[in-house]
Amino acid sequence: MAKGYIEFDYEFCKGCELCIQACPVNTLVLTTKMNKKGYRLVEDAEGKCTGCASCALVCPDAVITVYRQKKAS
Amino acid sequence: MLGEVVIMKGNEAMAEAAIRAGMDGYFGYPITPQSEVIEYLAREVPKRGGVLLQAESEVAAINMIYGAGGAGARVMTTSSSPGISLMQEGLSYIAGAEIPCLLANVNRAGPGLGTIQPGQCDYLQTVKGGGHGDYHLIALAPASVQEMFDFVYLGFELAEKYRNPAIILTDGALGQMMEKVELKDEKLPKPDISWASTGKGKRKERNVITSLYLQPEKMEVINHNLQKKYKEIEENEQRWETINTDDAEYLITAFGLSARIAQKAMDILREEGHKVGLFRPISVWPFPKKGLSPLLDKVKAVVDIELNAGQMIEDVELVNRGRVPVKFYGRMGGMIFSPDELVDFFKKEVL
Amino acid sequence: MKEGYELIYERPKSLIKVHNHYCPGCTHGVVHKLLAEVIDELGIENETIGVAPVGCAVLAYDYIDVDWQEAAHGRAQALATGIKRMHPDKYVFTYQGDGDLAAIGTAETVHAANRGENILVVFINNAIYGMTGGQMAPTTLEGQKTSTSPYGRVIDDMGAPVKIADMLALLPKTYYITRQTVADVKGVRAAKKALKKAFEYQKAGKGYCLVEFVANCPSNWKMTPIQSFEWTKENMFPYYPLGDVKTPEE
Repeated sequence: MAKGYIEFDYEFCKGCELCIQACPVNTLVLTTKMNKKGYRLVEDAEGKCTGCASCALVCPDAVITVYRQKKAS
Repeated sequence: MLGEVVIMKGNEAMAEAAIRAGMDGYFGYPITPQSEVIEYLAREVPKRGGVLLQAESEVAAINMIYGAGGAGARVMTTSSSPGISLMQEGLSYIAGAEIPCLLANVNRAGPGLGTIQPGQCDYLQTVKGGGHGDYHLIALAPASVQEMFDFVYLGFELAEKYRNPAIILTDGALGQMMEKVELKDEKLPKPDISWASTGKGKRKERNVITSLYLQPEKMEVINHNLQKKYKEIEENEQRWETINTDDAEYLITAFGLSARIAQKAMDILREEGHKVGLFRPISVWPFPKKGLSPLLDKVKAVVDIELNAGQMIEDVELVNRGRVPVKFYGRMGGMIFSPDELVDFFKKEVL
Repeated sequence: MKEGYELIYERPKSLIKVHNHYCPGCTHGVVHKLLAEVIDELGIENETIGVAPVGCAVLAYDYIDVDWQEAAHGRAQALATGIKRMHPDKYVFTYQGDGDLAAIGTAETVHAANRGENILVVFINNAIYGMTGGQMAPTTLEGQKTSTSPYGRVIDDMGAPVKIADMLALLPKTYYITRQTVADVKGVRAAKKALKKAFEYQKAGKGYCLVEFVANCPSNWKMTPIQSFEWTKENMFPYYPLGDVKTPEE
């Protein structure tokens, strides 16, 4: 399994949870933390991100940046 | 040097002028009594260059004008009263977004479907805005086929100078009338279109054409800017013609076709020794207050003559402010008064 | 970026970094994002003119970094016609909702399509009027409750939901008409391909392309975003099936 990580641009997140549902490895969770607008924030709580970008693709607010470990050449 | 002189219909003269002035595109819809404009262009544009499109409605036509004008093109549409009513929504957007374009209303008598005979009953719609919101069209009222030709040039010039829609307010009689026209052979210079939505190209800032500002504070500023522009137009662009006003004791006010007929009536009255003069607004918005006001200090009475129930008389009265009596004579429903009819009215009601 | 990692996905450059006014979970955001991605990938941000509608996407011009014009309700394709006829070398697209495109703007839609205007129409069909607060749309499903069909849409009284994409596909001058979704990852990937294809067709002068999105409106459907996608799949997809409605004859 590839390894990846994601970064959220939290101030633009609206806590819609679509990323959580889209994640194939169920690594995202809704936390109790909030941004300035009062939306609850999502985190990679399990650390299982594979860098597949599913979350980023469905995000209506384009808040997710995705990185993946380079394949050993 | 005299330009080429031809005999043509008023509607054709507008179409020919548009091509010569450098119109990029025409979007329109047929309606009597102005269909000669699009028919003429349909013959000429393919040979002489430009875009011509028959839209599915006047609603679509004016919005094509909005799009094409907003993309920086010199564009024109023409219609007649019911079609112009359909265009009012688009015109309000065009005025709000400050898009230059030229329209002509070949006025027919209303209300409703009315008749295809000429009328001047769209005066108030033309000069007070017409659609929703506080705005004005620059409105020119020709009284001859020559002016139908010339005012296409003037209309484009004023529209582009002020980034405001301009309209030629004419009527079915002038549209269908055949007269001698001296043609101009010059193309208007390309206006500055740095504001237009043409694709960013090399621009750093993008252009957005809109009339929407949800914050009232911002929308009020937009309105103030529009009003400032309208003041400037009122200051600079009042146009009128006077005939025999130097010694006039009685003044006729009339525009367009009515002014032509009134002029003949004036001649008859003059021959009989009555000192009658004629004041003809050429720009009906801005209304030529500067030309009219001084005359009202010199005459005994004004007779306002229109092919409607009395519309321009409201603007005449606003300038007059009770100084002299103002009488009105009009015909409606497509009926046109004769000079003799006007002379009779003068003798019975005025002299 | 951590060492040994590579960038897989980031916000597209042409998506202007401002707070948008869409509700949480609204698919407008995803479609805007896809348009921005495609515009970036094709490198056409300086040659594209968008036409915004009246409806929830009325402020679309605040979000995608190209030149725009804001149309009156329903008139976007008339504006697009005017723009494209004057600038045949530029990319022109409209972005319209169901009320804008399939109710008040039906005539403009049908005739732009019938002329085969060389434009892209992005059509967001969420079966409701979002901006005005949840009234019935031409595409509202049978039985669907809205604020103006509080007992559900009755076809005998209110007419059947309009399948405008299928109607337009019958016109000889339409080139590419497809129905897409962004309700899941697979849908997002397919939708992006459709948008890209439509821009490429426009470049090749092929004519009228329409990409319909079977979309959501969590706020006015009174659902969470996740529920709204479940509802979309259960109720919208059977009536508005996904896939190409009309594909070019190569």
